[in-house]
Amino acid sequence: MQEVSIARFVNIGERTNVTGSARFKKLIMADDYAAAVEVAREQVENGAQVIDVNMDEGLLDAEHAMTTFLKLIGAEPDIARVPVMIDSSKWSVIEAGLKCVSGKPIVNSISMKEGEDSFLEHARKCMDYGAAVVVMAFDETGQADTRARKVEICARAYDLLTGIGFPAEDIIFDPNIFAVATGIEEHDRYGLDFLEAVAEIKARCPHAKTSGGLSNLSFSFRGNETVRRAMHSVFLYHAIPAGLDMAIVNAGQLDVYDAIAPALRDACEDVILMRRPDATQRLIDLAESYKGHDLRAEKEAAEWRGWPVERRLEHALVKGIDAHVVEDTEEARHAFARPIEVIEGPLMDGMNVVGDLFGSGKMFLPQVVKSARVMKKAVAHLIPFIEAEKEASGLADMSKGKIVMATVKGDVHDIGKNIVGVVLQCNGYEVIDLGVMVPWSEILKSANDNAADMIGLSGLITPSLDEMVTVAEEMTRAGMTMPLLIGGATTSKVHTALRIDPAYDGPVIHVLDASRAVGVASRLLSDTQRDGLVADTAGEYAKVRDARAGKGQSVLLPLEEARANFYDAFLSDKPAPPLQPGVHAFSDWDLADLRQYIDWTPFFRAWELHGNYPSILQDEVVGETARALKADADAMLDRIVAERWLTAKGVAGLWPCARGHGEGRDDVVIHKPLTLRGGVGVGHVADLATDPTPNPSPEGEGLSHVTLPFLRQQVKKSRDRANMCLSDFIDPAGDWIGGFAVGIHGIEPHSERFRADKDDYSDILLKALADRLAEAFAEALHQHVRTDLWGYAPDEQLTNEALIKEQYRGIRPAPGYPACPDHSLKPILFELLDAETHTGLTLTESFAMFPTAAVSGFYFGHPETEYFGVARIGRDQLEDYARRRGVDIATAERWLRPNLD
Amino acid sequence: MTKADEFRAEAARRILIKDGPYGTQIQAAGLAAEDYGAGTGLIGDQKGNNDLVNLTQGPVIRRICDAYIDAGAVLLATNTFNANRISQADYGAEALVRDINVSAARIVREAVDAAMAKDGVARFVAGAMGPTNKTLSLSPDVDDPGFREVTFDEVKEVYREQAAALVEGGCDFILIETVFDTLNCKAAIMAVRELERELAHEVPAMISLTLTDLSGRNLSGHTVEAFWHAVRHAKPLAISLNCSFGADQLRPHVQVLAGIADTLLMAYPNAGLPNDLGEYDEVPETTAGLVRLWAQNQQVNVLGGCCGSTPEHIAAMARAVDGLAPRPIPGVEPAMRLAGLEPFVLAA
Repeated sequence: MQEVSIARFVNIGERTNVTGSARFKKLIMADDYAAAVEVAREQVENGAQVIDVNMDEGLLDAEHAMTTFLKLIGAEPDIARVPVMIDSSKWSVIEAGLKCVSGKPIVNSISMKEGEDSFLEHARKCMDYGAAVVVMAFDETGQADTRARKVEICARAYDLLTGIGFPAEDIIFDPNIFAVATGIEEHDRYGLDFLEAVAEIKARCPHAKTSGGLSNLSFSFRGNETVRRAMHSVFLYHAIPAGLDMAIVNAGQLDVYDAIAPALRDACEDVILMRRPDATQRLIDLAESYKGHDLRAEKEAAEWRGWPVERRLEHALVKGIDAHVVEDTEEARHAFARPIEVIEGPLMDGMNVVGDLFGSGKMFLPQVVKSARVMKKAVAHLIPFIEAEKEASGLADMSKGKIVMATVKGDVHDIGKNIVGVVLQCNGYEVIDLGVMVPWSEILKSANDNAADMIGLSGLITPSLDEMVTVAEEMTRAGMTMPLLIGGATTSKVHTALRIDPAYDGPVIHVLDASRAVGVASRLLSDTQRDGLVADTAGEYAKVRDARAGKGQSVLLPLEEARANFYDAFLSDKPAPPLQPGVHAFSDWDLADLRQYIDWTPFFRAWELHGNYPSILQDEVVGETARALKADADAMLDRIVAERWLTAKGVAGLWPCARGHGEGRDDVVIHKPLTLRGGVGVGHVADLATDPTPNPSPEGEGLSHVTLPFLRQQVKKSRDRANMCLSDFIDPAGDWIGGFAVGIHGIEPHSERFRADKDDYSDILLKALADRLAEAFAEALHQHVRTDLWGYAPDEQLTNEALIKEQYRGIRPAPGYPACPDHSLKPILFELLDAETHTGLTLTESFAMFPTAAVSGFYFGHPETEYFGVARIGRDQLEDYARRRGVDIATAERWLRPNLD
Repeated sequence: MTKADEFRAEAARRILIKDGPYGTQIQAAGLAAEDYGAGTGLIGDQKGNNDLVNLTQGPVIRRICDAYIDAGAVLLATNTFNANRISQADYGAEALVRDINVSAARIVREAVDAAMAKDGVARFVAGAMGPTNKTLSLSPDVDDPGFREVTFDEVKEVYREQAAALVEGGCDFILIETVFDTLNCKAAIMAVRELERELAHEVPAMISLTLTDLSGRNLSGHTVEAFWHAVRHAKPLAISLNCSFGADQLRPHVQVLAGIADTLLMAYPNAGLPNDLGEYDEVPETTAGLVRLWAQNQQVNVLGGCCGSTPEHIAAMARAVDGLAPRPIPGVEPAMRLAGLEPFVLAA
């Protein structure tokens, strides 16, 4: 037998209703049906039994919107599995919708507003199309307000409908829920009128159903969600037994009746059931105290504080609540004989629960980091007492193992490393964090001085991969044998197997993400499991190497052939010259504006929560965590914006240029007004300051010529696909190119404050948000360039979703990323923009930008531009590139290392 | 007594037998390519346009019909599966749609009336309307899920034309069959409704669903129960399952429908599943044995055959269920029964 959904009461969501959901309305108005369909999908995934679709908006062609949307959701089995409610006040919209729905829908609504004839005509049509129907209690004289009128109109409609053979069980009466507690005396009875009418209608009209739109009820408490939710819940609590079968309600706007604070519940009940004359005033008075309160949280908060201290500590750890942890720890310290027992007892028990939940996928990284914050604070409180005891007794420390961690030289990114550090610490490991930009000598020294059990290296940018090899080689030279763990966004099992593992005699293990770190560390420190893990990993890496050696790598074309197969852009489509050429600096871009441009999906990914925003908020597994994280992020953003924690500095430049010819086919030559020091060629910033490479071919008055050498795809393409190079999008006869750099300054004092407070969670949150703001800045600035500075798309109107999906014209490839993989172009770009002056950004020896929340890149405006990956290149292009850059082969090899394997 | 009442009365006494398919029998008649379109003046190859044969080779159709009557069938369908404007467009024969249907109905009407005159057994003519080859619920373009090749009103008009001609030719009922897209079926129901109003008399409909996968959904994704909810407003004389697969695989779905449909239940499965050559080789006794199980469980009212079935299959079925009691029509509690692709019931 098939599963059949049988319901007693149906909540009908309002999220695909333009009159009920501002977000949905925005999407439909912007013609973003793809995102609108996702709203429907979320709604069904969250358990909607019926989907209400309403497109009644003055500025919309409602018939078109209704049919378009219904056809689209009809094509999605995940959505189309539930019935649709076609909701419109216009019959033409309803009928257009009926022609698109293949199941049996509900029509919402018809009424006797325009007399019996049109009412019955519409009813017959509903029968012919096979639809149930909502009948509004509305007749020729108006909407029914009193109990008597509601019953009278519904009874008349029922008799008319059953008289033409309309199945009684397919009739749903909506006897109108009106606002109560408005201060107008006649409105006081509205709630009670509805409840009584429902009961009477159900008795009078066998098999008919009743429904109502709930949000009207609490209209006078707009803005006070606590009170609105309570009113809705109380109302339903009484309406369902009275016979209400369904309600249109935002499911998020309902509380469990029993969970409502008794005082509020009583006050709502007084109003709805009209139990006392001063009910309205009393609810208004009480409502004041609920403004901005989260009722449920408060209730829970009150409860757990009454538990025994061990349970309180466990609860605080599992829930990540640090508000009372010091006082609870202190209380526990007195309850145990020795302070260490508090750690070994309740605290470790709590962390074990956290570890188990994390390990089994029931708890997620943001919660774990919060738990770690609680643990750290508790331990910090106990340490002086433990030290004192140790001094007295000479006890050894109790950590499971010691790990030295560092972000390697040349790299400044540390979010991932910090997360791993926190996870390890909260699992009982001692982490010696050397910070960022750590030279190998310091890493080795610290590991030896501290008798560490292992070393963990992290890095985000590609040059860090080479630096990790260097660390591994130096460890071999120093005769070390401790395990070396590798992690970070650009690291990979393949790179570890091919490059790092062969460079070190001891075990090397690539750790994919923070959730694996504890497992790897514990097995490496286990007497029984260590050898197995080391042997397995070594075997696995050997296999990766063999596979690489054996596998015929993709075929590379000779550079000349790749160049001959260039991407033939239609160059007459190139963008017009910029409206405002030259360099434009922005010393303090409004953070509130940038906030609108944030792409949240990567933010959640940084916390190892995978899924797209916003659907991740409703995800069955991680949704709750994601919502909590987002709430914390929003709260911190509020403060960042209001208290001006950070400063967004950026610069954009637009310059005339041309693609080179012949040997220089892959170069773009910029003609830049000679206001700054001459052209730049090679090396990092420090060298440039003292030894600027002279411009190789100065020509023309007042102009300097700066060459941007780009790389070309060399992998042999199938069929007629081109071997692309960014220069293909630039007209050799003259064109324009842009560049930009943006950075977010000012996290340091806040970061230090958080760390001093043992609050890694807020520290990581801040860094992740700064990164997002930098990316948002790049997005906002790019839009400003397209619409104003360059101005080739003055009328562009894109939602943030569309921006995230890159639905605009032009690209902004960044040095170090696939289309333009050489990080060493950054000094040239910085020089062009005078980025150090304008943005305060500096470059490390590995061309990482500091502060880390920064983005830089080039602007290409041709309509055919797209992102691509240069991928593997040949020796011939390496040599050619070295020549074009004027550097020796070894230097070029170092820069292009990731593209050479 | 209306024809529908008569049919219900007969069905209350015994399991009624429906005919089998025309296609394979027409092929077996060995018509030459030119025979199909003979005398119509249609240009283009008409070979395979089995519906046109109603018009050009009437006696061939009559012989097939008689063979099914001899096998024991009392519900005879017309040979008009593709006799609609959309399908006939493939042959450039749209202009003949009315004539084909009227002619097809007359042939079966005459065969049935002749047989009744001989033996007095009540027999009925169902005008068959196939699904057309366009879908209202699905986009043919994977990149544009909101696109549809036809509109509801277009499909409704196509059915309206066919149904009017079938009734004009003498059909007792309209059989909306091999429904793979529920919305196409709803358009057909609307067409029959409108025809009833125009003619000012009842045009009883039978509706037959075809399943495209063993889990029991049609092409537009509806489960058997959701489909029933979506078409119950047509108050069909019979709800049916046809084609899909053989009787063996159809069994669980017949069982589901038998339990929920408060109307007559019909089933006309294929003669098993096709073999590697695409041929049906299930012998009549096998098919008959399988449908006999349904009859024994009182799950059917009307039995017939679809792809691969021959008059021998129909005769074997008739013998197998002879004397077995028909399915009693279950009473169903009134409840709001809605449907997306899956059923939804709001209890009373």
